[in-house]
Amino acid sequence: MQELLQNVRLVPMEHYVWLSSLLFCIGVMGVLLRRNTIVMFMSIELMLNAVNLLLVAFSAYANKPEGEVFVFFVMVVAAAEVAVGLGLLVMIYRNQNTTDSQALQTLKW
Amino acid sequence: MSSSEILLLTCLLAPLSGAGILLIAGRSLPKSFASALATTSVFLSFIAAFLLFRQTGAETAAFKLNLFSWFTAGKLSVDMAFRYDQLTALFLLVITGIGSLIHLYSAGYMHEDEGHNRFFGYLNFFVFFMIILVTGANFAVMFAGWEGVGLCSYLLIGFWYKNSDYNLAARKAFVMNRIGDLGLLAGLFMLLNRYNTLDFEALQEAVKAVKSGDAYLTTATVCLFIGAMGKSAQLPLFTWLPDAMAGPTPVSALIHAATMVTAGIYLVVRNHFLFSLTPATLDLILYVGLATALFAATIGLRQNDIKKVLAYSTVSQLGFMFIALGTGAFTTGFFHVFTHAFFKALLFLGAGSVIHALHHEQDMRFMGGLKKKLPITWITFLIGTIAISGIPPLAGFFSKDEILAFLYAKNPILWGLALLGSLMTAFYMFRLYFLVFHGSYRGDAHTESHIHESPISMTLPLMVLAACSLIAGFIGIPEVFAAHSHWLNHFLGNLIPVQHPEGISHSTEITLMGVSVTAVLVMVAIAFRVYGQGKVVPVAPEEEKNPVFKLLAQKYRIDEFYNFLFVAPFNAISQFFGKIVDNQIVDGIVNAMGNLAMTTSGLLRLLHNGRVGTYLLAMTLGVILVLAYNLIF
Amino acid sequence: MTEYIFYFLSFVSVLTALLVISARNPVHSVLYLILCFFSIAGHYILLNAQFLAIVHIIVYSGAIMVLFLFVVMLLNMNAESEPKKPMFAKLSAVIAGGSLFLVIVTALKKAEMVPVISPAESEIGLVKNLGKVLFNDFLLPFEITSVLFLSAMVGAVLLGKKELD
Repeated sequence: MQELLQNVRLVPMEHYVWLSSLLFCIGVMGVLLRRNTIVMFMSIELMLNAVNLLLVAFSAYANKPEGEVFVFFVMVVAAAEVAVGLGLLVMIYRNQNTTDSQALQTLKW
Repeated sequence: MSSSEILLLTCLLAPLSGAGILLIAGRSLPKSFASALATTSVFLSFIAAFLLFRQTGAETAAFKLNLFSWFTAGKLSVDMAFRYDQLTALFLLVITGIGSLIHLYSAGYMHEDEGHNRFFGYLNFFVFFMIILVTGANFAVMFAGWEGVGLCSYLLIGFWYKNSDYNLAARKAFVMNRIGDLGLLAGLFMLLNRYNTLDFEALQEAVKAVKSGDAYLTTATVCLFIGAMGKSAQLPLFTWLPDAMAGPTPVSALIHAATMVTAGIYLVVRNHFLFSLTPATLDLILYVGLATALFAATIGLRQNDIKKVLAYSTVSQLGFMFIALGTGAFTTGFFHVFTHAFFKALLFLGAGSVIHALHHEQDMRFMGGLKKKLPITWITFLIGTIAISGIPPLAGFFSKDEILAFLYAKNPILWGLALLGSLMTAFYMFRLYFLVFHGSYRGDAHTESHIHESPISMTLPLMVLAACSLIAGFIGIPEVFAAHSHWLNHFLGNLIPVQHPEGISHSTEITLMGVSVTAVLVMVAIAFRVYGQGKVVPVAPEEEKNPVFKLLAQKYRIDEFYNFLFVAPFNAISQFFGKIVDNQIVDGIVNAMGNLAMTTSGLLRLLHNGRVGTYLLAMTLGVILVLAYNLIF
Repeated sequence: MTEYIFYFLSFVSVLTALLVISARNPVHSVLYLILCFFSIAGHYILLNAQFLAIVHIIVYSGAIMVLFLFVVMLLNMNAESEPKKPMFAKLSAVIAGGSLFLVIVTALKKAEMVPVISPAESEIGLVKNLGKVLFNDFLLPFEITSVLFLSAMVGAVLLGKKELD
């Protein structure tokens, strides 16, 4: 294990940045691409995780624990958010009989 | 604070407090209390004025009461200051004295009126402003009083506001006065511009170095005179005064005969130091006054409304006062103000008594023979008529004769014209007197059966004023009869330089008096011949045969002329602006703005399509743009 | 050789992420997302953040994604019921996402990043160390999260009720 970890040293920190940027943008794209609110929601989770990954990477490279603690709290908030968000989605489905975001046009008025 | 200052303050504040109480709580007060309060407050003012007058002699120095600093703007600082001198003393006596008599009279005259308390509130308010006007120590305070009396005049002319004609008359008075006030203001600004002060004393100091006939000062005084023209109903701004008779008769007596209309004369007398430096303005005043005196007198010859005759007579007498001022005889001008106040108030109140007895009939064609039925009114009215006609030894003779003497000294032709005016005065006043009191009654029988002498509250002021009219002239006995007999000149002498008719010997002066008195008596005789028997009755202006008389009866059609010259074009312009500029252009612009907002928002609304996807895309693009902006710049 | 584990994991993450957003069937999306999360957990282990890796698997893969799966199945979603987007909208979404990536990369390229320590030597991610920090420095926020959870729970129950009145 220790040996394996030694090799990670060879990975430059920039690569983590590129990776999480890419994941984040894929998440954004997902939100824009899909009309199903559940998939949009999943894309948002993806974006959250991209940010989490970057935070952990920075924390590890800087040898400071705050980043990881922050990630911990993000997870807490994400869990709460998902609980409420999915509850809302179920509600919307019950009222509109669809999870299509296009159906939600009442904002127009 | 000295006792004099307390007295002056009392004089000022008594009518103000009366007006305050009546105008704020007037609705809930009983009529008897309201009239008693108003009369008492003005009478209190009179007592204060009288006590002040008792302390004042010819040598007494003027004192100044500086209440507080009114406003300060740049170099100009105006105090709420009042000044008491000999001129103010006499004006105060006239205003408060006649004012309290007229208040007393109104208690009877207005007894039945529903606006009784409001009337007394306005009347007190007027007295307050009039006192402000004559006590103001600077032009600003005087102007406040000047506008205040204008306001009260407006309110009282339109007192019976349910009659739209009366409202129009009130508006006319207001607008006409406004034209004059504009002139007055222009004059004030000119003085302010040059001397940086509005204080009378400071101005008097400031102009000492100015040489006579200074062009700037001449313009300023002409502007001031335009203000006086408006207030004192001189040509061409006189047409409001006859219409102002729409107000209740006591108002006509107090405001439109005895006090307010003489404010113009006060303005000139108060600023004699300015006017005596500008001979051109004095000449203008002289000719305007002479023209007004003649013009109004001719109209007065053929009027049928009892109050209209008196109104034109007032205009004419005001003309005489300006003639005096124009000759530079300021004290004489004031002398005529003083005597005129008594007999004209008396005549108006007498006319009011007649109108009251006849149930608001004002047309002389339906009067006549009232001598028996209204004895007190008859006697007092006769005294007033004799006084105004200038028959010695009543008040009018002394002041009018002094004016004529000054005029003769200046130019005998002008004297002839003025004498003509004064003869016409005698004629139309006696015409009025004979038509009303002699002959037989020409109204309907129902009214005749109800004719009654007025109550004591109305006849008492008549008697007091009649007494004053009898004796008021003796404050200015011509010097030809006895040396130093002219008390008024002596009293005002320290304040205003007294003039004497130059180049006239005593014998000439006595001859002039004889001529004018004889001529007046001849006029009275003619009037008696024509109207004394009650056989000749005037006709309505439309039925007048003689074209000259018709023109006179129609007041030279001056109102129609003004309508044609000013009102009609003004209305046409207003129509143009109202219909075209306002409706089409201004409204068009406003509506176009609204339509523009509607259209653009209608277009922008399309962006707001309600789709979450679109919003998200827009948000992402926004984020991209913000980041890109940071990268590039 | 083993440093290539990072690149392998990265490849898996990106691939599964792309599959998440492109799969027609929402159930597939959920499953790909679980895979993606596992690969991210692998990254955490590589960064020696052992505690977070475990929590990540438990919370995300274990709880959240199961919840998603439940909802998808509850609402009976499949490829047929999936709403379709027009081509233009899809294109614009891809362009927007791509340009966002481009902008972020350009922005971060300028940033200078100086690692203090190799992640292998960092021991902050161990349960012992993180626990100390969490319960010493961040005790109050940690406790407050319980309130957050409580309110989220109440909210979810309230929303899940049949009638809201």
